[in-house]
Amino acid sequence: MEAERGLVRKRNANTHPKRCVRPAQQVSERIGYMYQVKAKVLSNEKLSEAHYRIKLEASQIAKAARAGQFVHIRCGPGYDPLLRRPFSIHKSRQGRIDVLYQVVGKGTGLLSQKRRGDQLDSLGPLGKGFEIEPAFKKIFIVGGGIGVAPLYMVAQEITRVGQGQDVTVLLGAKNKELILGKDEFERLGLEVTIATEDGSTGYRGLVSNLFQEFILSQTSLSVAVYSCGPVSMLRKIAELSRHRGFFCQVSLEQKMGCGLGACLGCVIRGRSGYLRVCKEGPVFDAKEILWDNLGL
Amino acid sequence: MDNLADLSVSLGRIHLKNPVLVASGTFGYGEEYQDLVEAAQLGGIITKAVTLEPREGNPPPRLAETPAGLLNSIGLENPGIEVFLKEKLPKLRKLKTRIIVNIAGEKKTEYLDLAERLGRETGIDALEVNISCPNVQKGGLVFGTRADLAFSLVKGLRQATDLPLIVKLTPNVTDVTEIAQAAKEGGAEALSLINTILGMAIDVNTRRPKIGAITGGLSGPAIRPVAVRMVHQTFQKVDLPLIGMGGIACAEDALEFVLAGATAVAVGTANLVDPTVSLKIIEGLRQYLKKGGIHSFQSLIGTLRV
Repeated sequence: MEAERGLVRKRNANTHPKRCVRPAQQVSERIGYMYQVKAKVLSNEKLSEAHYRIKLEASQIAKAARAGQFVHIRCGPGYDPLLRRPFSIHKSRQGRIDVLYQVVGKGTGLLSQKRRGDQLDSLGPLGKGFEIEPAFKKIFIVGGGIGVAPLYMVAQEITRVGQGQDVTVLLGAKNKELILGKDEFERLGLEVTIATEDGSTGYRGLVSNLFQEFILSQTSLSVAVYSCGPVSMLRKIAELSRHRGFFCQVSLEQKMGCGLGACLGCVIRGRSGYLRVCKEGPVFDAKEILWDNLGL
Repeated sequence: MDNLADLSVSLGRIHLKNPVLVASGTFGYGEEYQDLVEAAQLGGIITKAVTLEPREGNPPPRLAETPAGLLNSIGLENPGIEVFLKEKLPKLRKLKTRIIVNIAGEKKTEYLDLAERLGRETGIDALEVNISCPNVQKGGLVFGTRADLAFSLVKGLRQATDLPLIVKLTPNVTDVTEIAQAAKEGGAEALSLINTILGMAIDVNTRRPKIGAITGGLSGPAIRPVAVRMVHQTFQKVDLPLIGMGGIACAEDALEFVLAGATAVAVGTANLVDPTVSLKIIEGLRQYLKKGGIHSFQSLIGTLRV
């Protein structure tokens, strides 16, 4: 029932900013050329117990990268792990890209061992990024944990093309030490509100709950939400956005094979059928996703 | 021809400029890799399987990594023959390489229908008959595990089309040479071996299978010794050109298959790791011939010393 009502309201709200309607040439620019390069490691810095930032020299990828796209990196020379690992591009500038990552297994473990001067076989930029639409009056950027990674470029793009819209950045993590990227958003002149699960700083609780409180007072219907983080969080952000008729895009993850749309290995369930995270995503319109049974 | 060694080979009526193909399901319909790989440099492209009706494929997760291997259960997701003919084939025709279309079905009639329709098209050099996919509930694999059914299917296909038929065999049998012989008697012009090995992986924390469909097909370097052995056995017993595949990731791997008796090779899972690996393998083969003072690649086939 709730869901139905939300859908109806969403449709009504649909009449205003000209969001999904974009000129074809801009779309093709977003899905651009990909490169396979040996990217030189410029630095690989430990940011917290779990997180690292690796800076890579990869001029072609850096130049072509759009907010929300990813690089597919071969983390080691051997066959175990066998496959590449996909990482959101955190920053791209002056011929280099930054990747924020969390060590979760063999691949990221190997990546964390890389030193300045090492080379990494990197493929990118891949996938479909965020649609940054200047027509929205209010923008929410909501990141959970390492999910902050693709959102910095969203903020950068909004501050570049925007027309002074109101941008709210909400970042969540388990505790104070695990908050990533706050300073970077602030350097763009944006105000950042923090949520920590243990309450060690900022709002005590989940960033999705913080988002819920923020939108209570939100009266405008011209709202866009850009989000990345754990699936449980994204699902809540997506539901809240749908109920309020907000335009909401989320960046998702899945075990991935080729990264360029050929192997059909990385699909998730969408309303129109299976969707390849590497090609139709990793950024999806939240309402296209079947959250009940994603297949992660 | 200058000082370049001759890498060309023939699989029955199919002439390849070099023996390196890309395996079905790992190279899409040719367009996905176009920014990175010039198709004209490949011996040929074996397409993702085409079925009569569109198939949405198996529930995710569809991939799980295992040591030096990859389990997959894609479930033959493909847009069906109509869309293939309308949207994929015109693009494939423009590529200056051999185009081998992989066909799959649940019933014999589906295979025959596919073969007839593809046989009427231009720009297709051969059909690879998939009787070996471990990831579909019905049909398919059963033709690959019973010699009588394999024979009758290939014989039917032989009558349905003039296109060269390459039959792709499954390793999930006791004696692959029996099925190989049956396919030959039915009219196969070449054999592809091997398809993936049925496997399984479990997440011990969630106690759930790592693959949505519970089981999947294992590929990658982990299966190479099994594949080389099967090529060797088949080469001993069945007089047909063989396409060796299963875990090939470098020129040396490819050469193992060739010495065991393969006329050509197909690179599969390694494409997902390195999109340009097939080009590196072609170059590696060229170097091997040059170093050994060998003038023709063809002369290497099946020269295993035992």
